[in-house]
Amino acid sequence: MKEFRVLSPTAILGYGFPAASFEEGMSHKPHVIAVDAGSTDPGPYYLGSGKSFTDRGAVKRDLEFMLTAACTENIPMIIGTAGGSGADSHLDWNVDIVREIAAEKGLSFKMAVISAQIDKEVIRQRFAQGKVVALKPAPVPTMQDIEDSVNIVAQMGHEPIMEALQAGAQVIITGRAYDPTVFAALAIMQGYDPGLALHMGKILECAAIAATPGSGSDCMFGYLRDDHFELATLSPARKCTTTSVAAHTLYEKSNPTRLPGPGGVLDLTQTTFEQTTDNTVTVRGSRFIPDDAYFVKLEAARHVGHRTISFAATCDPIMINQLDDIIAAVKERVAGNFSDIGDFFLDFKVYGHHGASFYGDTGSMPAEAAIIIEAVAPTAQLADTICSFARSTLLHFGYPGRKSTAGNLAFPFSPSDFAGGDVYEFSLYCLMAVDSPTELFPIKIFQCDKGVLV
Amino acid sequence: MIKLMDVAEVIRSKNSGPYELTFDIMFKDAAVFEDFVTRDIMTPAVFAQLYGIDEAQVQSVIAFAPSKAVKITILRPISSGALGEKDVYGAQQHGPLLNFEYA
Repeated sequence: MKEFRVLSPTAILGYGFPAASFEEGMSHKPHVIAVDAGSTDPGPYYLGSGKSFTDRGAVKRDLEFMLTAACTENIPMIIGTAGGSGADSHLDWNVDIVREIAAEKGLSFKMAVISAQIDKEVIRQRFAQGKVVALKPAPVPTMQDIEDSVNIVAQMGHEPIMEALQAGAQVIITGRAYDPTVFAALAIMQGYDPGLALHMGKILECAAIAATPGSGSDCMFGYLRDDHFELATLSPARKCTTTSVAAHTLYEKSNPTRLPGPGGVLDLTQTTFEQTTDNTVTVRGSRFIPDDAYFVKLEAARHVGHRTISFAATCDPIMINQLDDIIAAVKERVAGNFSDIGDFFLDFKVYGHHGASFYGDTGSMPAEAAIIIEAVAPTAQLADTICSFARSTLLHFGYPGRKSTAGNLAFPFSPSDFAGGDVYEFSLYCLMAVDSPTELFPIKIFQCDKGVLV
Repeated sequence: MIKLMDVAEVIRSKNSGPYELTFDIMFKDAAVFEDFVTRDIMTPAVFAQLYGIDEAQVQSVIAFAPSKAVKITILRPISSGALGEKDVYGAQQHGPLLNFEYA
Protein backbone atom coordinates (compact mmCIF):
# COMPACT_ATOMS: atom_id res chain seq x y z
CA MET A 1 0.00 0.00 0.00
CA LYS A 2 1.11 3.53 -0.83
CA GLU A 3 2.28 5.37 2.27
CA PHE A 4 3.43 8.94 2.96
CA ARG A 5 5.43 9.55 6.14
CA VAL A 6 5.89 12.84 8.00
CA LEU A 7 8.14 13.74 10.93
CA SER A 8 6.95 16.65 13.08
CA PRO A 9 9.82 17.33 15.50
CA THR A 10 8.21 19.96 17.76
CA ALA A 11 5.06 22.03 18.33
CA ILE A 12 6.75 25.35 17.58
CA LEU A 13 10.18 25.79 15.99
CA GLY A 14 12.43 26.61 18.95
CA TYR A 15 10.44 24.66 21.57
CA GLY A 16 12.95 21.80 21.20
CA PHE A 17 12.77 17.97 21.19
CA PRO A 18 14.83 15.09 22.61
CA ALA A 19 17.58 14.00 20.19
CA ALA A 20 16.59 10.35 20.74
CA SER A 21 13.00 11.02 19.58
CA PHE A 22 14.24 12.83 16.48
CA GLU A 23 16.61 9.98 15.58
CA GLU A 24 13.86 7.43 16.14
CA GLY A 25 11.70 9.48 13.77
CA MET A 26 14.42 9.56 11.09
CA SER A 27 14.77 5.77 11.35
CA HIS A 28 11.17 5.50 10.05
CA LYS A 29 12.31 7.18 6.80
CA PRO A 30 10.04 10.25 6.60
CA HIS A 31 9.29 11.75 3.18
CA VAL A 32 9.33 15.22 4.72
CA ILE A 33 10.38 16.95 7.95
CA ALA A 34 8.04 19.83 8.71
CA VAL A 35 7.38 22.21 11.56
CA ASP A 36 4.93 25.02 12.12
CA ALA A 37 6.60 28.01 13.76
CA GLY A 38 3.57 30.22 14.08
CA SER A 39 0.95 31.33 16.58
CA THR A 40 -1.11 34.44 17.31
CA ASP A 41 -1.23 33.33 20.96
CA PRO A 42 1.62 35.48 22.28
CA GLY A 43 -0.36 38.54 21.21
CA PRO A 44 -0.05 41.37 18.69
CA TYR A 45 3.41 42.65 19.69
CA TYR A 46 5.36 40.09 17.68
CA LEU A 47 3.51 40.68 14.41
CA GLY A 48 3.55 44.45 14.92
CA SER A 49 7.21 44.77 15.88
CA GLY A 50 8.43 42.17 13.37
CA LYS A 51 10.25 40.28 16.12
CA SER A 52 10.18 36.55 16.88
CA PHE A 53 8.61 35.25 20.10
CA THR A 54 11.00 32.30 20.09
CA ASP A 55 14.66 32.67 20.94
CA ARG A 56 17.24 32.65 18.15
CA GLY A 57 19.52 30.16 19.90
CA ALA A 58 16.66 27.72 20.52
CA VAL A 59 15.47 27.96 16.91
CA LYS A 60 19.01 27.38 15.65
CA ARG A 61 19.38 24.29 17.81
CA ASP A 62 16.18 22.73 16.38
CA LEU A 63 17.08 23.68 12.81
CA GLU A 64 20.57 22.16 13.08
CA PHE A 65 19.05 18.72 13.62
CA MET A 66 16.38 19.14 10.95
CA LEU A 67 18.57 20.66 8.24
CA THR A 68 21.38 18.14 8.68
CA ALA A 69 18.95 15.20 8.57
CA ALA A 70 17.08 16.56 5.54
CA CYS A 71 20.35 17.03 3.62
CA THR A 72 21.66 13.57 4.62
CA GLU A 73 18.44 11.81 3.54
CA ASN A 74 17.82 14.19 0.62
CA ILE A 75 14.24 14.96 1.68
CA PRO A 76 12.43 18.31 1.97
CA MET A 77 12.39 20.36 5.16
CA ILE A 78 9.52 22.84 5.40
CA ILE A 79 9.10 25.62 7.99
CA GLY A 80 5.71 27.35 8.20
CA THR A 81 5.05 30.87 9.56
CA ALA A 82 8.72 31.68 10.11
CA GLY A 83 9.53 33.67 13.22
CA GLY A 84 6.10 33.07 14.75
CA SER A 85 4.13 35.71 12.86
CA GLY A 86 5.37 35.24 9.28
CA ALA A 87 6.00 38.84 8.14
CA ASP A 88 9.02 39.55 5.91
CA SER A 89 11.28 40.53 8.82
CA HIS A 90 10.50 37.18 10.50
CA LEU A 91 11.27 35.41 7.23
CA ASP A 92 14.63 37.19 6.88
CA TRP A 93 15.48 36.32 10.49
CA ASN A 94 14.81 32.63 9.88
CA VAL A 95 16.64 32.52 6.52
CA ASP A 96 19.66 34.08 8.22
CA ILE A 97 19.70 31.26 10.80
CA VAL A 98 19.45 28.62 8.04
CA ARG A 99 22.33 30.24 6.14
CA GLU A 100 24.44 30.34 9.30
CA ILE A 101 23.88 26.61 9.90
CA ALA A 102 24.58 25.76 6.25
CA ALA A 103 27.87 27.68 6.46
CA GLU A 104 28.89 26.03 9.74
CA LYS A 105 27.95 22.51 8.63
CA GLY A 106 28.98 22.85 4.97
CA LEU A 107 25.48 22.07 3.67
CA SER A 108 24.18 22.93 0.19
CA PHE A 109 20.58 22.79 -1.05
CA LYS A 110 17.97 24.50 -3.18
CA MET A 111 15.92 26.84 -0.98
CA ALA A 112 12.56 28.54 -1.52
CA VAL A 113 11.49 31.55 0.53
CA ILE A 114 7.76 32.37 0.29
CA SER A 115 6.61 35.82 1.41
CA ALA A 116 3.18 36.34 2.98
CA GLN A 117 3.49 40.08 3.63
CA ILE A 118 0.85 41.99 1.71
CA ASP A 119 1.32 45.49 0.37
CA LYS A 120 -1.26 47.94 1.73
CA GLU A 121 -2.15 49.11 -1.77
CA VAL A 122 -3.25 45.57 -2.72
CA ILE A 123 -5.58 45.52 0.27
CA ARG A 124 -6.94 49.01 -0.41
CA GLN A 125 -7.87 47.95 -3.96
CA ARG A 126 -9.55 44.73 -2.87
CA PHE A 127 -11.32 46.54 -0.06
CA ALA A 128 -12.77 48.98 -2.62
CA GLN A 129 -13.93 45.95 -4.66
CA GLY A 130 -15.72 44.51 -1.62
CA LYS A 131 -13.30 41.57 -1.43
CA VAL A 132 -12.17 42.22 2.17
CA VAL A 133 -14.84 40.86 4.50
CA ALA A 134 -15.32 40.21 8.21
CA LEU A 135 -14.28 36.97 9.87
CA LYS A 136 -16.93 36.76 12.56
CA PRO A 137 -16.88 37.45 15.44
CA ALA A 138 -13.84 39.69 14.77
CA PRO A 139 -14.82 43.26 13.87
CA VAL A 140 -15.76 44.29 10.35
CA PRO A 141 -12.58 45.73 8.78
CA THR A 142 -12.52 49.40 7.82
CA MET A 143 -10.24 51.43 5.54
CA GLN A 144 -8.89 53.14 8.69
CA ASP A 145 -7.87 49.73 10.09
CA ILE A 146 -5.96 49.05 6.86
CA GLU A 147 -4.25 52.46 6.95
CA ASP A 148 -3.27 52.06 10.63
CA SER A 149 -1.81 48.58 10.18
CA VAL A 150 1.85 47.65 10.11
CA ASN A 151 3.02 44.25 8.85
CA ILE A 152 -0.11 42.91 7.16
CA VAL A 153 0.21 39.18 6.46
CA ALA A 154 -2.08 36.73 4.67
CA GLN A 155 -2.31 33.07 5.62
CA MET A 156 -1.30 30.90 2.65
CA GLY A 157 -2.74 27.49 1.84
CA HIS A 158 -0.75 24.49 0.60
CA GLU A 159 -0.64 25.70 -3.03
CA PRO A 160 2.38 28.08 -2.82
CA ILE A 161 4.35 25.36 -0.98
CA MET A 162 3.43 22.86 -3.70
CA GLU A 163 4.70 25.33 -6.30
CA ALA A 164 8.03 25.62 -4.45
CA LEU A 165 8.30 21.82 -4.22
CA GLN A 166 7.54 21.51 -7.95
CA ALA A 167 10.36 23.98 -8.62
CA GLY A 168 12.69 21.54 -6.88
CA ALA A 169 13.20 23.34 -3.56
CA GLN A 170 14.45 21.10 -0.77
CA VAL A 171 14.33 23.66 2.02
CA ILE A 172 11.19 25.80 2.12
CA ILE A 173 10.68 28.67 4.55
CA THR A 174 7.33 30.40 4.45
CA GLY A 175 5.76 33.53 5.82
CA ARG A 176 2.33 33.25 7.46
CA ALA A 177 0.86 29.86 6.50
CA TYR A 178 -2.17 27.82 7.58
CA ASP A 179 -0.67 25.49 10.19
CA PRO A 180 -1.38 22.08 8.54
CA THR A 181 -0.06 23.05 5.08
CA VAL A 182 3.62 22.41 5.73
CA PHE A 183 2.79 18.78 6.59
CA ALA A 184 0.18 18.31 3.84
CA ALA A 185 1.58 20.08 0.74
CA LEU A 186 3.89 17.30 -0.53
CA ALA A 187 1.29 14.60 0.17
CA ILE A 188 -1.46 16.50 -1.69
CA MET A 189 0.98 17.04 -4.57
CA GLN A 190 1.50 13.26 -4.73
CA GLY A 191 -2.24 12.67 -4.98
CA TYR A 192 -3.19 11.88 -1.38
CA ASP A 193 -6.63 12.92 -0.15
CA PRO A 194 -6.50 16.60 0.93
CA GLY A 195 -8.97 16.03 3.79
CA LEU A 196 -6.83 13.33 5.38
CA ALA A 197 -3.55 15.14 4.59
CA LEU A 198 -4.77 18.40 6.15
CA HIS A 199 -6.32 16.72 9.18
CA MET A 200 -3.08 14.80 9.79
CA GLY A 201 -1.25 18.14 9.47
CA LYS A 202 -3.67 19.75 11.91
CA ILE A 203 -2.68 17.20 14.56
CA LEU A 204 1.05 17.02 13.69
CA GLU A 205 1.20 20.80 13.89
CA CYS A 206 1.25 20.56 17.69
CA ALA A 207 3.57 17.52 17.66
CA ALA A 208 3.41 15.58 20.96
CA ILE A 209 0.79 17.90 22.53
CA ALA A 210 -1.65 15.35 21.01
CA ALA A 211 -0.01 12.51 23.00
CA THR A 212 -0.31 11.53 26.64
CA PRO A 213 1.43 12.85 28.66
CA GLY A 214 1.35 15.78 26.27
CA SER A 215 4.43 17.83 25.42
CA GLY A 216 5.10 20.75 23.11
CA SER A 217 8.76 19.72 23.09
CA ASP A 218 8.69 16.21 21.65
CA CYS A 219 8.23 14.63 18.21
CA MET A 220 5.23 13.01 16.52
CA PHE A 221 5.11 10.82 13.42
CA GLY A 222 2.35 10.51 10.82
CA TYR A 223 1.65 7.78 8.25
CA LEU A 224 -0.79 8.83 5.51
CA ARG A 225 -2.39 6.11 3.36
CA ASP A 226 -5.25 5.96 0.82
CA ASP A 227 -8.21 6.04 3.17
CA HIS A 228 -6.78 6.76 6.62
CA PHE A 229 -3.80 8.06 8.54
CA GLU A 230 -1.98 6.86 11.63
CA LEU A 231 -0.26 8.83 14.36
CA ALA A 232 2.44 7.56 16.70
CA THR A 233 4.81 9.03 19.26
CA LEU A 234 8.56 8.46 19.07
CA SER A 235 9.43 8.47 22.76
CA PRO A 236 8.69 5.56 25.11
CA ALA A 237 7.64 8.22 27.66
CA ARG A 238 4.42 9.01 25.70
CA LYS A 239 1.61 7.24 23.95
CA CYS A 240 -0.82 8.25 21.25
CA THR A 241 -4.33 7.37 22.39
CA THR A 242 -7.80 8.07 20.98
CA THR A 243 -8.43 10.23 24.06
CA SER A 244 -5.26 12.29 23.61
CA VAL A 245 -5.82 12.79 19.86
CA ALA A 246 -9.53 13.61 20.25
CA ALA A 247 -8.72 16.04 23.08
CA HIS A 248 -6.30 17.84 20.79
CA THR A 249 -9.09 18.15 18.21
CA LEU A 250 -10.80 20.56 20.65
CA TYR A 251 -7.72 22.61 21.46
CA GLU A 252 -7.75 26.33 20.58
CA LYS A 253 -10.70 26.07 18.23
CA SER A 254 -14.32 27.14 18.43
CA ASN A 255 -15.87 24.12 16.73
CA PRO A 256 -14.13 20.73 16.80
CA THR A 257 -15.82 19.32 13.68
CA ARG A 258 -15.69 22.23 11.28
CA LEU A 259 -12.29 23.81 10.68
CA PRO A 260 -12.26 26.59 8.10
CA GLY A 261 -8.97 27.30 6.30
CA PRO A 262 -7.66 28.76 3.05
CA GLY A 263 -9.91 27.67 0.16
CA GLY A 264 -12.24 25.41 2.13
CA VAL A 265 -13.39 23.70 5.27
CA LEU A 266 -12.01 20.60 6.95
CA ASP A 267 -15.13 18.63 7.88
CA LEU A 268 -14.62 16.19 10.75
CA THR A 269 -18.28 15.24 11.31
CA GLN A 270 -17.64 11.73 9.87
CA THR A 271 -14.18 11.32 11.45
CA THR A 272 -13.45 8.25 13.55
CA PHE A 273 -10.52 7.68 15.91
CA GLU A 274 -9.46 4.08 16.51
CA GLN A 275 -6.75 2.72 18.80
CA THR A 276 -4.89 0.29 16.53
CA THR A 277 -1.87 -0.49 18.67
CA ASP A 278 -0.83 0.48 22.16
CA ASN A 279 0.74 3.63 20.72
CA THR A 280 -1.06 4.15 17.40
CA VAL A 281 -4.29 5.93 16.58
CA THR A 282 -5.91 5.47 13.16
CA VAL A 283 -8.08 8.28 11.82
CA ARG A 284 -10.61 7.94 9.00
CA GLY A 285 -13.40 9.89 7.37
CA SER A 286 -12.04 13.47 7.46
CA ARG A 287 -13.06 15.47 4.40
CA PHE A 288 -11.93 18.71 2.77
CA ILE A 289 -14.81 20.66 1.25
CA PRO A 290 -13.59 23.43 -1.09
CA ASP A 291 -15.36 26.81 -0.87
CA ASP A 292 -16.93 28.34 -3.97
CA ALA A 293 -14.58 31.31 -3.70
CA TYR A 294 -11.04 31.13 -2.31
CA PHE A 295 -10.49 33.35 0.75
CA VAL A 296 -7.30 33.90 2.73
CA LYS A 297 -7.16 35.25 6.28
CA LEU A 298 -5.49 38.62 6.81
CA GLU A 299 -3.77 39.49 10.09
CA ALA A 300 -2.23 42.80 11.08
CA ALA A 301 -1.34 44.88 14.12
CA ARG A 302 -1.27 48.62 14.77
CA HIS A 303 1.06 50.60 17.01
CA VAL A 304 -0.81 52.10 19.98
CA GLY A 305 1.99 53.66 22.04
CA HIS A 306 4.73 52.98 24.57
CA ARG A 307 4.38 51.26 27.92
CA THR A 308 5.93 51.88 31.35
CA ILE A 309 5.00 49.75 34.37
CA SER A 310 5.69 49.90 38.09
CA PHE A 311 5.39 46.92 40.43
CA ALA A 312 4.41 47.29 44.10
CA ALA A 313 2.43 45.54 46.83
CA THR A 314 0.46 46.23 49.98
CA CYS A 315 -0.33 44.14 53.06
CA ASP A 316 -2.42 46.78 54.86
CA PRO A 317 -5.99 45.48 55.41
CA ILE A 318 -7.41 48.99 55.79
CA MET A 319 -6.06 49.91 52.35
CA ILE A 320 -6.86 46.56 50.72
CA ASN A 321 -10.50 46.77 51.81
CA GLN A 322 -10.98 50.03 49.91
CA LEU A 323 -8.47 49.46 47.10
CA ASP A 324 -10.98 49.93 44.26
CA ASP A 325 -12.00 53.36 45.62
CA ILE A 326 -8.37 54.40 46.23
CA ILE A 327 -7.37 53.42 42.69
CA ALA A 328 -10.34 55.32 41.22
CA ALA A 329 -9.27 58.41 43.19
CA VAL A 330 -5.63 58.11 42.09
CA LYS A 331 -6.74 57.79 38.45
CA GLU A 332 -8.81 60.92 38.84
CA ARG A 333 -5.90 62.84 40.31
CA VAL A 334 -3.56 61.75 37.50
CA ALA A 335 -6.18 62.69 34.88
CA GLY A 336 -6.62 66.11 36.52
CA ASN A 337 -2.89 66.75 36.67
CA PHE A 338 -2.24 65.78 33.02
CA SER A 339 -5.47 66.94 31.40
CA ASP A 340 -3.55 69.06 28.87
CA ILE A 341 -1.01 66.57 27.55
CA GLY A 342 -3.10 64.37 25.32
CA ASP A 343 -4.28 60.79 25.39
CA PHE A 344 -2.85 58.22 27.70
CA PHE A 345 -4.00 54.92 29.20
CA LEU A 346 -3.57 54.21 32.90
CA ASP A 347 -4.46 50.88 34.46
CA PHE A 348 -3.92 49.20 37.83
CA LYS A 349 -3.76 45.42 37.78
CA VAL A 350 -4.35 44.20 41.32
CA TYR A 351 -3.11 40.63 41.81
CA GLY A 352 -4.97 38.82 44.54
CA HIS A 353 -8.09 40.74 43.47
CA HIS A 354 -9.07 39.98 39.86
CA GLY A 355 -5.63 40.58 38.43
CA ALA A 356 -5.83 37.54 36.15
CA SER A 357 -9.51 36.75 35.72
CA PHE A 358 -12.03 38.76 33.74
CA TYR A 359 -14.96 36.88 35.31
CA GLY A 360 -16.56 35.63 38.48
CA ASP A 361 -17.27 36.92 41.97
CA THR A 362 -14.76 39.16 43.67
CA GLY A 363 -14.72 36.98 46.78
CA SER A 364 -13.00 37.96 50.02
CA MET A 365 -10.08 40.35 49.96
CA PRO A 366 -6.55 38.89 50.19
CA ALA A 367 -4.06 39.50 53.00
CA GLU A 368 -1.60 40.90 50.47
CA ALA A 369 -2.18 42.39 47.05
CA ALA A 370 0.31 43.06 44.27
CA ILE A 371 -0.32 46.08 42.09
CA ILE A 372 1.05 46.67 38.61
CA ILE A 373 0.67 50.28 37.57
CA GLU A 374 0.60 50.48 33.77
CA ALA A 375 0.85 53.62 31.65
CA VAL A 376 0.62 53.61 27.85
CA ALA A 377 1.16 56.90 26.05
CA PRO A 378 2.15 58.18 22.58
CA THR A 379 5.80 58.61 23.63
CA ALA A 380 7.98 56.61 26.00
CA GLN A 381 8.78 59.79 27.91
CA LEU A 382 5.12 60.54 28.53
CA ALA A 383 4.46 56.93 29.59
CA ASP A 384 7.32 57.29 32.11
CA THR A 385 5.82 60.53 33.41
CA ILE A 386 2.30 59.13 33.84
CA CYS A 387 3.54 55.93 35.50
CA SER A 388 5.85 57.81 37.85
CA PHE A 389 3.15 60.29 38.88
CA ALA A 390 0.57 57.52 39.43
CA ARG A 391 3.10 55.56 41.51
CA SER A 392 4.02 58.49 43.78
CA THR A 393 0.35 59.49 44.14
CA LEU A 394 -0.66 55.98 45.21
CA LEU A 395 2.36 55.71 47.53
CA HIS A 396 1.33 58.75 49.55
CA PHE A 397 -2.42 58.76 48.99
CA GLY A 398 -4.36 59.71 52.15
CA TYR A 399 -7.31 57.33 52.19
CA PRO A 400 -10.00 57.28 54.96
CA GLY A 401 -8.93 55.51 58.17
CA ARG A 402 -5.25 55.35 57.17
CA LYS A 403 -2.86 54.34 60.00
CA SER A 404 0.26 53.69 57.91
CA THR A 405 1.19 57.27 57.09
CA ALA A 406 4.81 56.66 55.98
CA GLY A 407 3.87 55.04 52.66
CA ASN A 408 1.21 52.79 51.16
CA LEU A 409 3.37 50.53 49.00
CA ALA A 410 6.16 47.96 49.30
CA PHE A 411 8.47 48.13 46.27
CA PRO A 412 10.62 45.04 45.64
CA PHE A 413 12.90 46.80 43.14
CA SER A 414 14.92 49.96 42.73
CA PRO A 415 14.34 51.41 40.20
CA SER A 416 10.64 50.80 40.69
CA ASP A 417 9.54 51.54 37.11
CA PHE A 418 10.24 49.54 33.95
CA ALA A 419 10.00 50.47 30.28
CA GLY A 420 7.82 47.94 28.43
CA GLY A 421 8.59 49.26 24.95
CA ASP A 422 6.24 49.49 21.99
CA VAL A 423 2.61 48.46 22.38
CA TYR A 424 0.53 47.00 19.55
CA GLU A 425 -2.98 45.66 19.13
CA PHE A 426 -4.55 43.49 16.45
CA SER A 427 -5.97 45.75 13.74
CA LEU A 428 -7.01 43.30 11.03
CA TYR A 429 -8.35 39.78 11.43
CA CYS A 430 -10.54 39.25 8.39
CA LEU A 431 -10.87 37.45 5.07
CA MET A 432 -9.87 38.51 1.57
CA ALA A 433 -10.98 36.91 -1.69
CA VAL A 434 -8.21 35.93 -4.10
CA ASP A 435 -8.32 34.97 -7.77
CA SER A 436 -5.67 32.29 -7.31
CA PRO A 437 -4.26 30.60 -4.19
CA THR A 438 -0.71 31.61 -5.19
CA GLU A 439 -1.12 35.20 -6.38
CA LEU A 440 -0.30 36.88 -3.03
CA PHE A 441 2.67 34.71 -2.12
CA PRO A 442 5.78 35.34 -4.26
CA ILE A 443 8.38 32.57 -4.16
CA LYS A 444 12.10 33.30 -4.34
CA ILE A 445 14.34 30.36 -5.16
CA PHE A 446 18.01 30.31 -4.26
CA GLN A 447 20.83 27.81 -4.36
CA CYS A 448 22.25 27.86 -0.84
CA ASP A 449 25.88 26.86 -1.30
CA LYS A 450 27.31 26.27 2.18
CA GLY A 451 25.51 29.37 3.42
CA VAL A 452 26.10 31.56 0.35
CA LEU A 453 22.89 32.33 -1.55
CA VAL A 454 23.26 32.34 -5.32
CA MET B 1 -25.76 18.71 43.69
CA ILE B 2 -23.01 17.42 41.41
CA LYS B 3 -19.79 19.43 41.43
CA LEU B 4 -18.27 19.85 37.96
CA MET B 5 -14.83 19.67 39.59
CA ASP B 6 -15.58 16.12 40.74
CA VAL B 7 -16.86 14.72 37.44
CA ALA B 8 -14.55 16.52 34.98
CA GLU B 9 -11.08 15.33 34.02
CA VAL B 10 -10.24 18.63 32.33
CA ILE B 11 -11.64 22.16 32.76
CA ARG B 12 -9.70 24.67 30.68
CA SER B 13 -9.85 27.96 28.79
CA LYS B 14 -7.81 29.24 25.85
CA ASN B 15 -7.94 31.78 23.04
CA SER B 16 -9.49 30.57 19.83
CA GLY B 17 -7.87 33.28 17.74
CA PRO B 18 -7.51 36.83 19.13
CA TYR B 19 -11.26 37.53 19.37
CA GLU B 20 -12.72 34.44 21.07
CA LEU B 21 -12.24 32.47 24.27
CA THR B 22 -13.07 28.79 24.27
CA PHE B 23 -13.74 26.58 27.31
CA ASP B 24 -13.44 22.78 27.31
CA ILE B 25 -15.03 20.52 29.91
CA MET B 26 -13.93 16.90 29.44
CA PHE B 27 -15.77 14.38 31.58
CA LYS B 28 -14.20 11.34 33.22
CA ASP B 29 -17.17 9.10 32.61
CA ALA B 30 -19.20 8.59 29.41
CA ALA B 31 -22.49 8.14 31.28
CA VAL B 32 -22.01 11.38 33.23
CA PHE B 33 -21.15 13.17 29.96
CA GLU B 34 -24.26 11.75 28.24
CA ASP B 35 -26.43 12.79 31.18
CA PHE B 36 -24.93 16.31 31.19
CA VAL B 37 -25.59 16.70 27.46
CA THR B 38 -29.01 15.00 27.32
CA ARG B 39 -30.36 17.16 30.12
CA ASP B 40 -28.87 20.25 28.48
CA ILE B 41 -27.20 21.35 31.72
CA MET B 42 -24.88 23.86 30.05
CA THR B 43 -26.83 26.30 27.89
CA PRO B 44 -25.71 29.74 26.68
CA ALA B 45 -27.97 31.25 29.37
CA VAL B 46 -26.44 29.15 32.16
CA PHE B 47 -22.90 29.97 31.05
CA ALA B 48 -23.71 33.68 30.68
CA GLN B 49 -25.07 33.78 34.22
CA LEU B 50 -22.09 31.86 35.62
CA TYR B 51 -19.67 34.27 33.94
CA GLY B 52 -21.68 37.44 34.49
CA ILE B 53 -21.83 38.23 30.78
CA ASP B 54 -24.56 38.95 28.28
CA GLU B 55 -25.97 35.80 26.68
CA ALA B 56 -25.33 37.30 23.22
CA GLN B 57 -21.60 36.98 23.92
CA VAL B 58 -21.88 33.19 24.01
CA GLN B 59 -21.10 32.02 20.48
CA SER B 60 -21.76 28.30 20.87
CA VAL B 61 -22.11 25.35 23.23
CA ILE B 62 -21.07 22.13 21.47
CA ALA B 63 -20.90 18.53 22.70
CA PHE B 64 -18.04 16.44 21.28
CA ALA B 65 -18.54 12.75 22.08
CA PRO B 66 -15.06 11.44 21.06
CA SER B 67 -13.61 13.49 23.97
CA LYS B 68 -16.65 13.23 26.29
CA ALA B 69 -16.43 17.01 26.07
CA VAL B 70 -18.59 20.10 26.10
CA LYS B 71 -17.07 23.18 24.48
CA ILE B 72 -18.29 26.72 25.11
CA THR B 73 -17.01 29.60 23.00
CA ILE B 74 -17.55 33.25 23.89
CA LEU B 75 -16.45 36.64 22.60
CA ARG B 76 -13.26 37.89 24.22
CA PRO B 77 -13.90 41.00 26.35
CA ILE B 78 -11.14 42.70 24.31
CA SER B 79 -8.93 41.41 21.50
CA SER B 80 -5.90 39.51 22.76
CA GLY B 81 -3.19 41.91 23.97
CA ALA B 82 -5.30 45.08 23.62
CA LEU B 83 -5.12 47.77 26.33
CA GLY B 84 -6.66 46.41 29.54
CA GLU B 85 -5.55 42.82 28.87
CA LYS B 86 -5.23 40.46 31.83
CA ASP B 87 -4.53 37.13 30.13
CA VAL B 88 -2.96 37.27 26.66
CA TYR B 89 -3.28 33.51 26.03
CA GLY B 90 -6.70 33.25 27.70
CA ALA B 91 -5.51 30.23 29.67
CA GLN B 92 -6.70 31.32 33.16
CA GLN B 93 -10.38 32.18 32.64
CA HIS B 94 -11.72 28.80 33.76
CA GLY B 95 -12.22 29.81 37.43
CA PRO B 96 -16.04 30.14 37.54
CA LEU B 97 -16.42 26.70 35.89
CA LEU B 98 -14.45 25.14 38.76
CA ASN B 99 -17.24 26.23 41.12
CA PHE B 100 -20.13 25.13 38.89
CA GLU B 101 -22.64 22.71 40.42
CA TYR B 102 -25.76 21.11 38.93
CA ALA B 103 -28.66 19.06 40.26
